[in-house]
Amino acid sequence: MKEQIINDIDNNPIILYMKGTKEMPMCGFSNSVVQVLNHYGVEYKDVNVLSDPTIRVKLSEYSGWPTIPQLFVNGKLIGGADITMELHNNGELLDILDNTKGD
Amino acid sequence: MEASKVKELITAGLAVSHVEVEDTTGTGDHFNAVVVSDDFKELSLVDQHQLVYRTLGNYLTNEIHALQLKTYSKSAWEKTKLEV
Repeated sequence: MKEQIINDIDNNPIILYMKGTKEMPMCGFSNSVVQVLNHYGVEYKDVNVLSDPTIRVKLSEYSGWPTIPQLFVNGKLIGGADITMELHNNGELLDILDNTKGD
Repeated sequence: MEASKVKELITAGLAVSHVEVEDTTGTGDHFNAVVVSDDFKELSLVDQHQLVYRTLGNYLTNEIHALQLKTYSKSAWEKTKLEV
């Protein structure tokens, strides 16, 4: 399971670990990150941590981040809902997401 | 968990100059917190939040289900007060 998580984070420029799916978020915090990513119109992979409780445990061991959602861009943890919103509001998220294009 | 207990844990684990903790649902498991510390200087937001999470240890995710967090260095905090 841990290898799967590391693989997914490495191989997807933008990946969101969330409760529910991007089509149907099951938590307000996960939903707010989905809304922000949809706003930028970027492609991203979503992983539903509710589908298997092990994902959540192994993910937090790997990232050192205790809560869900967790957004990774280019293999780096960007943050949860608060940080994503803050970076969205101050314009930095646009630059971070721009870096995923064309490589 | 009481909001005051959350505040106590953060204050004990970090050199803070200001902490506000609010129980957003009244159920003792969803909190809103503002933390001001000069330990945050030069750190990314992820690292700043990690420092706060660390002070809460296993309480986070066990007793605390959600923690909305705003972190500021002392100078950044002073600036937000000027803007109001």
